[in-house]
Amino acid sequence: MEKRNTRPAREVVVPGDLLDDSGMDAGSNTYVLDGKIYAGVLGIKNTYHDAVSVIPLGGRYMPSTGDTVIGIIEDIGPSNWLVNINAPYPAPLHVNEVPWKVEFGDTSKYLNIGNVVLLKILMVDESKKIQVTMKDSGLRRVEGGQLVEVPYSKVSRVIGKSGSMIQMIKNLTDCRIFVGQNGRIWIDGESENADVAVEAIKLIEKEAQSSNLTERIETFIKSKLPEMEDDEGEEDQ
Amino acid sequence: MSGHTDMVLVDKKGVRIDGRKADEHRPVHIEAGVLGNADGSAYLEIGKNKVLAAVYGPRECHPRHLQDPTKAIIQCKYNMQAFSVSDRKRPGPDRRSIEISKIIAEALEKVVLTELYPRASIDVYIEILQANAGTRCAGLTAASVALADAGIPMRDIVPAIAAGKADGHVLLDLNKEEDNYGEADVPLAIVPSTDEIVLLQMDGNMTRKEFDKALDMAFGACHELYDVQKAALKKRYAVSKEGDEDE
Amino acid sequence: MSEYVISEIKRDHIMNLLKEGRREDGRSVDDIRDIQIMTGCVESADGSARVKLGNTEVIAGVKIIPGTPFGDTPDSGVLTMGAELIPMAHPSFESGPPGENAIELARVVDRGIRESGMVDVKQLCITAGEEVWMCFVDMYALNYDGNLFDASNLAAVCALRTAVIPGEQYGKGQNRPLPVTCTPVSVTSVKIGNDLILDPNFDEEMISSARLTVTTDDKGNFRAMQKGGNGSITRDELNLCLDRAVEKGKAVRKIIG
Repeated sequence: MEKRNTRPAREVVVPGDLLDDSGMDAGSNTYVLDGKIYAGVLGIKNTYHDAVSVIPLGGRYMPSTGDTVIGIIEDIGPSNWLVNINAPYPAPLHVNEVPWKVEFGDTSKYLNIGNVVLLKILMVDESKKIQVTMKDSGLRRVEGGQLVEVPYSKVSRVIGKSGSMIQMIKNLTDCRIFVGQNGRIWIDGESENADVAVEAIKLIEKEAQSSNLTERIETFIKSKLPEMEDDEGEEDQ
Repeated sequence: MSGHTDMVLVDKKGVRIDGRKADEHRPVHIEAGVLGNADGSAYLEIGKNKVLAAVYGPRECHPRHLQDPTKAIIQCKYNMQAFSVSDRKRPGPDRRSIEISKIIAEALEKVVLTELYPRASIDVYIEILQANAGTRCAGLTAASVALADAGIPMRDIVPAIAAGKADGHVLLDLNKEEDNYGEADVPLAIVPSTDEIVLLQMDGNMTRKEFDKALDMAFGACHELYDVQKAALKKRYAVSKEGDEDE
Repeated sequence: MSEYVISEIKRDHIMNLLKEGRREDGRSVDDIRDIQIMTGCVESADGSARVKLGNTEVIAGVKIIPGTPFGDTPDSGVLTMGAELIPMAHPSFESGPPGENAIELARVVDRGIRESGMVDVKQLCITAGEEVWMCFVDMYALNYDGNLFDASNLAAVCALRTAVIPGEQYGKGQNRPLPVTCTPVSVTSVKIGNDLILDPNFDEEMISSARLTVTTDDKGNFRAMQKGGNGSITRDELNLCLDRAVEKGKAVRKIIG
């Protein structure tokens, strides 16, 4: 239908599918057996120069150092909080890693169960023990607005190429939007606009596979908010 | 395996009571991604067996003392629903389902890249909605599709099927009558890319020659099931190549 | 069920929407979700139904076998119900024997079906005082997105309506349909803040303070009720729930057919 992108048809591969036996480099989510490269996860085969890899179509978020994520406080200890970041492991947030001076045992005065926080992954060690911090610019507790979740594998589509998709949604809806690498997205804005932004993100999730997605989402938002003008959005990432 | 019947299980032309030839498996249907909450899921029918499999994880391992600091553990729960068999089955695990759960988890562990998720648990749930012999193989076949559907990194997908013996004939994929009144049953699961065996049981009475023949049949059928498993997974994502189809 | 934390933002958002009479999935406060019913899905059962209420999914199967009647009802069949919240259905469900939630669920469904006289147990007698048909209904939650009460009731009722007494299998006469007299329908409301909504989804259920399940029969008479949750409801709120249960019960009965 759409001939603009002449990249080869996306090929869905499943674990065990042979990807290459001609000596290419094995990229991420692949494994090598007897000199041949096989898919190590369900996803799309991706060839780039001399390397072949698989872009996963599903799967859990695995934290890596430097990611910004949205967490929900799940439990409270005397000197830390346990934060659910949608990963296989809970993320402890130590009192030293918050922007306030918290006395021992005073943790619940600052953050309570159910609170939503913007965090950065400080470190992930070999046994996947995670440390997170709230001490960086932009990191904080968020209130109000809406929190939606998309599968981790769809996050890159929501952000778009160098942020093009999310910037467009911000501009058109005039919402503040924070996309966590862990698939949680916080949206705050005027009620009707925020609803449209949420719908747009759900549409991206649903149609992540299709081409020209940015244009389609743009058309969708404009059809829902015909009176909005293209103007400046906010600067949140 | 122990019952006796006057029923002719295989006729003079080598045709079985459900019309199959000796080396033919029952019709198979697999669908991936059938449940909302699970990270991955699959529905499988083979003959009159109906099976649901769901996968959650990798997630925090409970109970804690089972955690392995070097890799994820796979915890499997195989369960027959009360109405899945002709006499109502009392709900809850029995010795048989505990054993089956264990060997299925072990078979899956061979292909899952568990070392990527130390201390975590990958939980596999298999519910038998309707049973007609061969449910452990059906459950394992469905579970490996559910694992792949959950985006779990793995080397391969595991298919499983049984071969056996009834009326003196070596048969593939025994149905309930053949299983009840037959002479032997050999459930098998393999890693298709390497033909390694990851699940094998046997009960009954077979000669070496019969056993070899049964195993050959089961290996062949595993490779056929493997194609159905892969097709089910690919089908789930094959839509909207040209854009929207469901809008 | 283990603990499951709903974010403060989600909670506030749901409550803010309710102030305008809106809900996250676009329903109004007295809308129930779409219902899909698949009967006869399990051939090894004597009656079965897989039901979807929105994204909540329940399978129910009926097994009917000869057994001994209770001493005080020598000429009546026996009806038994069980529910299991299997871990397949939700990350917070744990394996193990049915806990208090599963038992309450089974008992509330049981009460509506039993008290409405849906199954005519007098017609389940084989030999008075000696042998009667025992009817086991087993329900399994397959996917949990709130309101298991109504989904399970629906699955059990549809399974029973299509059930056949397997006389031939046991040499006890011909196969015949299970004698069914009416269609009990449960309608569950929950209270969030000061609002009452029907058929809550998971998030709504999690932040609700009180729950009321009301089962009506074909005439719109009340046959079973269960209030749950640590919140309270006022007399006026109760009246609203009762009116809605009658009205929606009628609509659901039409869907069942």
